[in-house]
Amino acid sequence: MWDAFGFEFINFYFIPGLVLGCIYALGAIGITLTFGILRFANFAHGEVMMSGAYLTWTVMAIITSVLGIAVHPLVAAVPAGLIVIWLFLLTDKYFYKPFRKADTIKVVMASFGMMLIIRSAVQVIWGPNQLTFVQGIAKPNTVLQSFSQSIDMLLLIPNKHLFIFTGTIVIVIALSYLLNRTRIGKAMRAVSDSPDLAHVTGIDVDQVIRATWIVGGACAMAAGVFLAMDIQMLETTMGFRMLLPMFAAAILGGIGKPYGAVFGGLVIGLAEELSAYPWIGDAPLISPGYKTGVAFAIMVIMLIVRPQGLFKGRSF
Amino acid sequence: MDAGILLYFLSLLTVGGIYAIFALGLNVQWGFAGLFNVGIVGFAAVGAYTYALLTTAESTFHLGGFGWPLPVAMFVAMIASTLVAAVIGFICIRLRSDYLAIATIGIAEIIKLIFKNETDITNGPRGINKIPRAWEHFSEERFYSSWPMSWFGTPESWSAFFDGLPNWWWQPFFTGTILFVMLVIYWMLERARTSPWGRMMTAIRENEPAARAAGKNVTARRIEAFVIGAAIMGLGGALFAQHLRLIEPTNTFDSAKVTFLVWVMLIAGGSGNNRGAMLGAFLIWTIWSASELLITGAIDLFAYIFDTVDPGALRTRAGFLRMMLIGLLLQVILQKYPQGILPEARPASPQRRKQE
Amino acid sequence: MTPVLSLNNLKAGYGQTEILHDLSIYVQPNEIVAIIGPNGAGKSTAMKSVLGLLNITEGTVELNGEDITNTPAAKVVQLGISYVPQTNNVFVNLTVQENLEMGAWTRPHGIPERLEEMFALFPDLREKRNQAAGSLSGGQRQMVAMAKALMVDAKILLLDEPTAGLSPKYRGEIFGTIQKIKATGVPILIVEQNAKQALGVSDRGYVLVDGANRFTGTGAELIADREIARMFLGGGH
Repeated sequence: MWDAFGFEFINFYFIPGLVLGCIYALGAIGITLTFGILRFANFAHGEVMMSGAYLTWTVMAIITSVLGIAVHPLVAAVPAGLIVIWLFLLTDKYFYKPFRKADTIKVVMASFGMMLIIRSAVQVIWGPNQLTFVQGIAKPNTVLQSFSQSIDMLLLIPNKHLFIFTGTIVIVIALSYLLNRTRIGKAMRAVSDSPDLAHVTGIDVDQVIRATWIVGGACAMAAGVFLAMDIQMLETTMGFRMLLPMFAAAILGGIGKPYGAVFGGLVIGLAEELSAYPWIGDAPLISPGYKTGVAFAIMVIMLIVRPQGLFKGRSF
Repeated sequence: MDAGILLYFLSLLTVGGIYAIFALGLNVQWGFAGLFNVGIVGFAAVGAYTYALLTTAESTFHLGGFGWPLPVAMFVAMIASTLVAAVIGFICIRLRSDYLAIATIGIAEIIKLIFKNETDITNGPRGINKIPRAWEHFSEERFYSSWPMSWFGTPESWSAFFDGLPNWWWQPFFTGTILFVMLVIYWMLERARTSPWGRMMTAIRENEPAARAAGKNVTARRIEAFVIGAAIMGLGGALFAQHLRLIEPTNTFDSAKVTFLVWVMLIAGGSGNNRGAMLGAFLIWTIWSASELLITGAIDLFAYIFDTVDPGALRTRAGFLRMMLIGLLLQVILQKYPQGILPEARPASPQRRKQE
Repeated sequence: MTPVLSLNNLKAGYGQTEILHDLSIYVQPNEIVAIIGPNGAGKSTAMKSVLGLLNITEGTVELNGEDITNTPAAKVVQLGISYVPQTNNVFVNLTVQENLEMGAWTRPHGIPERLEEMFALFPDLREKRNQAAGSLSGGQRQMVAMAKALMVDAKILLLDEPTAGLSPKYRGEIFGTIQKIKATGVPILIVEQNAKQALGVSDRGYVLVDGANRFTGTGAELIADREIARMFLGGGH
């Protein structure tokens, strides 16, 4: 059973799907929080992920050249993340806040403009060509390999994927603590619920919005670095490629529902990878070239059948 | 006048005109109906590929050899774009504008994905070449050796005739055709804008609940506007394919270059105003291409003085810098001059016009 | 004696549309004051003008003698004016307790003690404290909304049609609670459709017509007034 079907399915389709799902999930958290609290679809979110990965690469390169030691991307991601969050807050202040009282579509337009500004800025600074993020071929984790082999369920999971899984779990737990146990987290949920009521309750909505950018930015940052760790390189289009699946994940889970976004992200990631599995015959069910199409198809079906998403998010 | 300068000027008008057509299409969607479409490039690509497949000569690389007359193919390009828009419209228009934005950017990516993956039909990433360009196509053997041109002369006489013309003879005619198409669209949209339909669109955009309460079918009107705009974009795409003669899915239909530029054009010119849309298109396109000349010149000069500099690398980066500045320009216009150069002129109601 | 809240010759509206033309209302300490009147008379608008939710063009709003005209809502709440909107007045996805905690946003200290006080005042809520507010009935939601508003040291409580859409049983309960709140020393300004019942629990009342106060008097006086009875009280309520 394991040899004929499970090994290939789990190691080559399910695990990669889960990895991709984790990345989408973290990205979709920021999208759904922004959509729920600030009430607009942020088109620049993917570019934030991408620029975070580039900054992480730069921090790694600087540390290596100054101190002569190689640091793990997750370490370098911390200072890079602070820069990204700061840029996020500046963007909000200068480009989104002026439209807070206006029609929301103006902010969407501004974010669409930001998408191109950020991407062009990255292309100007780092150039349009691919950069190697981590060198070498990722070998499967040996401990896991020998253990799983001993119980006849061989798993080939490289360390980078274990980092991604652990990191995602830690972030989701931290997020759930934040949203359910802290004052600012509860206020974020309150504003997402009803901004008008939050306003007349005396909640400092501006503070909540700043917190939203920080939380969304941190998750986007993690998603960007995880993505770069997974594909081991940097491309200026990597953020944009993530955008549609992340929107699909946020809509699938229900706008304004962070857990829904996590669930939606995992579903979309798995669906994209599993769609290439030879379910019928020997050929992939759907040509791998159409992976992005899977996310889009799921999103369109949700918009037709249940625009409020699986977890009863907000539908406009 | 030097033919080179004339040709530069004509090509500026050609591309400006094509962008003006895109901007007019977007104006129907955004300016008239408040629909946020960020998938312009998708509708343009559908129009361009439809036109290309129907008109190109038979090829081993892609579907072709249908030999449809150019105007018919352009019409079909509009229809194809319309159908895509209708599907998206039916799904998304009842939802809030953000969803339409997400869906349009999505459909544009999917359309490009299809053109990239269906290599048997579209030749995939390598694209379709030798797309017939209006007027210039008369000088291709495929066209002058068959009817109706063959009725008026033998292939040999036609060949001799075209050899006698300067090789850019078609350029003024092509430019003229594009400007003519643009003006016809403008004229039709102006008629639409001041018609009861246009006034209804304004009413819906400005006070949807009131329009609904007055018994207007808001969703149907919006879908109409979306579809009409997409048809115009499809036609623009067909003209774009003629201008370029080679189209491929990734770089030709880069959403930054097409969708975004068209948005900047409409917002700068004045959304809701058809003349503003055209003015914005020509203005932004002139700035865009003139800045390219300027920057390239500056880099060449720079590389001439400092011979350690690689002008090629600088040039690509300068292109991105230009994109970034255009992005900033959009932000400035959105915040400081939201009405654009030519603000929307509200269509006067017939009664009021009589009183005046 | 300085009134807790006073609206003096107010002109206010949304954008260009003026809804309040000349409105003067005051609330004394330890008083329940009701605003009644036909639909569209500007009752809710009067409340929103206190919250700074619409533009006051003339006249003043004073809290304990201090001018707070056109102060933004968040600041008004901080100054001690608690407001319960007519609809959409609880965070449906937050639990009852979380709603109350949010109510205390401008006064984040001593929340556990405050919660205890509220659960004493609204005993039904204690057992539902961990339930999502959206899962409660209309009357219970109204209780949550009032408790949430009282989580700060409210100098005055503004209630916008607290019994709209509720069954008669809950209506009675809400009016009972309003009297209990008054007993804790918080004056209340209430806008109501159920005019007779509202005036019954009120110390004074105002009848609003076309954005101005037409009649004023004690609750009993207004109920007894024939003209008002004919115009607004009808037989229904």
